[in-house]
Amino acid sequence: MSVPSEQLSAVLPGQQPAGTGAPLDETRVPSRWGLVLERFRRRRLAVVGLAVLVALFGLAFLGPYLGRWSYTDHDFSAFLEGPSATHWFGTTQTGADVYALTLRGMQKSLIIGLLVAVLSTGLAAVVGSFAGYLGGWVDRVLMWVVELLLVLPSFLIVAILSPTFRGKTWLVFVLLLAAFLWMVTARIVRGMTISLREREYVLAARYMGVRAPTIVFRHILPNMASLLIIDATVNVSAAIIAETGLSYFGFGVQPPDVSLGTLIADGTSSAVTYPWLFGFAAGLLVLIVLSVNLVGDGLRDALDPTSSATR
Amino acid sequence: MSSPVLQVRDLRVTFPAAAGDVTAVRGITYDLARREVLGIVGESGSGKTVSALAVMGLLPETARVEGSVLLDGEELTGCDDRELAALRGRRIAMIFQDPLSALTPVYSVGYQIAEAVRVHRDVSARAARSRAVELLELVGIPHAQQRASAFPHEFSGGMRQRVLIAMAIANDPDVIIADEPTTALDVTIQAQILDVLRTAREATGAAILMITHDLGVIAGFANRVAVMYAGRLVETGSVDDVYGRPRMPYTLGLLGAIPRIDESGRGPLVPIEGTPPSLVDLPPGCPFAPRCPLVYDRCLEVEPAALPIGGRGQHTACHRASVIEEGDLRPADVFPLPQAAPARASPDAHGERPVVLAAEGLVKHHPLLRGAVFKRRVGTVRAVDGISFEIREGETLGLVGESGCGKTTALLQVLELRPPQAGRVVVLGRDAAHLDARERRALRRDVQVVFQDPLASLDPRLPVSEVLGEPLRTHGVPAQRIAARVRELLGLVGLAPDHSGRYPQQFSGGERQRIAIARALALEPRLLVLDEPVSALDVSIRAGVVNLLEDLRARLGLSYLFVAHDLSVVRHIADRVAVMYLGRLAETGKVERVYGAPAHPYTQALLSAIPVPVPALERRRRRIMLEGDPPSPADPPSGCRFRTRCPKFAALDDGLRRRCIEEEPALATVADDQQAACHYAEPMQVV
Repeated sequence: MSVPSEQLSAVLPGQQPAGTGAPLDETRVPSRWGLVLERFRRRRLAVVGLAVLVALFGLAFLGPYLGRWSYTDHDFSAFLEGPSATHWFGTTQTGADVYALTLRGMQKSLIIGLLVAVLSTGLAAVVGSFAGYLGGWVDRVLMWVVELLLVLPSFLIVAILSPTFRGKTWLVFVLLLAAFLWMVTARIVRGMTISLREREYVLAARYMGVRAPTIVFRHILPNMASLLIIDATVNVSAAIIAETGLSYFGFGVQPPDVSLGTLIADGTSSAVTYPWLFGFAAGLLVLIVLSVNLVGDGLRDALDPTSSATR
Repeated sequence: MSSPVLQVRDLRVTFPAAAGDVTAVRGITYDLARREVLGIVGESGSGKTVSALAVMGLLPETARVEGSVLLDGEELTGCDDRELAALRGRRIAMIFQDPLSALTPVYSVGYQIAEAVRVHRDVSARAARSRAVELLELVGIPHAQQRASAFPHEFSGGMRQRVLIAMAIANDPDVIIADEPTTALDVTIQAQILDVLRTAREATGAAILMITHDLGVIAGFANRVAVMYAGRLVETGSVDDVYGRPRMPYTLGLLGAIPRIDESGRGPLVPIEGTPPSLVDLPPGCPFAPRCPLVYDRCLEVEPAALPIGGRGQHTACHRASVIEEGDLRPADVFPLPQAAPARASPDAHGERPVVLAAEGLVKHHPLLRGAVFKRRVGTVRAVDGISFEIREGETLGLVGESGCGKTTALLQVLELRPPQAGRVVVLGRDAAHLDARERRALRRDVQVVFQDPLASLDPRLPVSEVLGEPLRTHGVPAQRIAARVRELLGLVGLAPDHSGRYPQQFSGGERQRIAIARALALEPRLLVLDEPVSALDVSIRAGVVNLLEDLRARLGLSYLFVAHDLSVVRHIADRVAVMYLGRLAETGKVERVYGAPAHPYTQALLSAIPVPVPALERRRRRIMLEGDPPSPADPPSGCRFRTRCPKFAALDDGLRRRCIEEEPALATVADDQQAACHYAEPMQVV
């Protein structure tokens, strides 16, 4: 700008008016994700949540090496005993070590919960936003698929398909769970995309020549990040619980393998009389969901510059 | 003059907030005499609306109101809601800015006016109803008897505002507070509404407190004016004194910052640097000091009190008022003017320069569909119905018109760079109809856009570095070059380069618009399409952005397509102008010709409706009033589209009228470089 503002700045040294033509020094030009990372780091609770989540992973995958028992072992000298030096979390009716069982279950549940959440929310985001942004026949085809999946009874499909995958990796199960969790979110995302598509910053990007996928991933999805993050955190617990339900009916994780869900289901009846059968698994589940929530909140605030929590 | 009807003494309003108390109004004092019109002018956030709501007792419970408000000697502050409710509407009435949200959508307007009558008077429903019809007639609603049963959504914005005025005068109040009553309306409608307000004042004898940000509206309408800044009245006096001899630098700056419809001068506008202060924890001293070029030590220590100056009842709150008084300083003397933009291409050489953008017979129709399952076409909205214009290198074309005339549609059609429904769009010699995807993308480099609302056009989730880097990255500029270019662009539009890590919300409105301009310039385009680029900005900020645009055009050799409804800004910035009405061009030509001697009756009415911030001139001016509202673009009148509102058509005899009804006028040359689409075009000076 050609306004001579020297007069002003001479009077008011504290107020540096814009445009005094500061020399083009090597001020760092920060990138978007660098700023988001920095803002995330400033959220103490979110960092704690992330640390707890990492610790839980560590416990689930490294913990079994610390205990003496494997989850398949049975100690025939100790049935239904409380926590002790030999069995840290106590034992079950059949003498299995609850510590080993819980960690084994947590491995399954952590992976199922997080993977299903990420997969289903990611799928919902991609399908919903592309359908909404591109419109036309892409929209019609994608929404037709969504509605088809919505009317199919997901429980029955999983039940019918389960025998086919029996004996194969349980990761197939993750895919099946994710495949039936995303449709409602996809519809919401599509609706939000249709309103965001008309925003001026999206128009500006379009007239700049930015390609559709870039616009979707750079402008549209980040602007509904709070919805997606809440959806993903809710899906973590939803997936763990859905897995329990399916396992109870004999699909999903089958004995001798265990998950937190099956452990909790088995332990509920004796929660008052033999609390260790139920308490440890339930406590860890709560801890997982809580830390995922904290990370999600932190991520949401870090992505949203209007949030007052970080400045 | 008898005792004032409304006396406000040291009124203060504080809103408690977590970040500290916000003192929105910091001690204002004024008198409103009977039958007087007092204008309160201020920018957004200056506290003008809050002070009016405080007088009415309409602030939320949490607000702390101190001071005294006397209505005919009766104290209003401290009254409880029931006592105030008995006064509101009967003795003191309010007209709000947004006439749609001020009316209840589920009741007919006649019922709502009758209700206003019956709240305060014990009359029968039938009598109240006939009073409502009477009032609707008074405010100029045609067929009042039938229209009284219509619902608010069936009225246009201007008509709704008339209904609100009818409601306000229903009980012959002593005071009417009008809060930006014309801001949401088009200029021709604004002229109508101001006329209705005058009628209302004559009918009721009420005093009017008129709150606005538009100095022009006040100039011809008010007797006295008070300028508000950061919660205080910094200058008060008769309109002639304040406009003719402003003694406060802020008032001077505001008057200098307005582009004038009546001046063809090409000098830069007076920009006021900086932004209004935050009303939390104001530093001691004059709140305007950080932006004032006349500041000295005392300004930073003591806040000036409003003192009389000039001996004609003018009051000014400024330590430097005597200096300004002695020298009779003008805006340009006080504020450092930017250097005049380097000489630009002479407008006379219009025909010789290469064409940057040409639109020929551009058409955009939207189908009107009805039915849920089987959509059938029930009509066509003729948003843009065959317009042609061209922009040559280094030129600015102003595309003006009222809301709904199709100017934004036309602009988006150009930006799409796709074949239009009919007609041609040729950008830099390339026809949009023959572009493949790659060529279109390459051509986008040369055509960039700046939208009206900078907050909406900048992605809130992206820091400025990414906002500016996006066009560069899109067109394959290497990463290390991008960082340097971002700093360069920020410098170009007058922002500090180390602000690139901030998000758009952390900037003020004017700065945001500068960012939007910087983004548009990132790829060194040749044509910039500007969609109302300054209408969302406050007057003092606007001048800086307008100057920046002028400066950039001259330095970078840009061409502008400048779409706006504000004809004064267009006169200031444009070389050529095209006036749109209902999807067609009414008049086009060189700015000097079209503003100096408009030939189309619509242009004449439009120009005559724009208020000028010169009270004496404004009182003298004769406005050409247009009847009613623009017709729907889905059902334009036959022949000339303007004939339903045309003052010239009304004056013609039947033989001549037939031509207007049957034949649509084409653009015909009226004078050198001026064309008008009117069968009976006749140049006339209106400004």
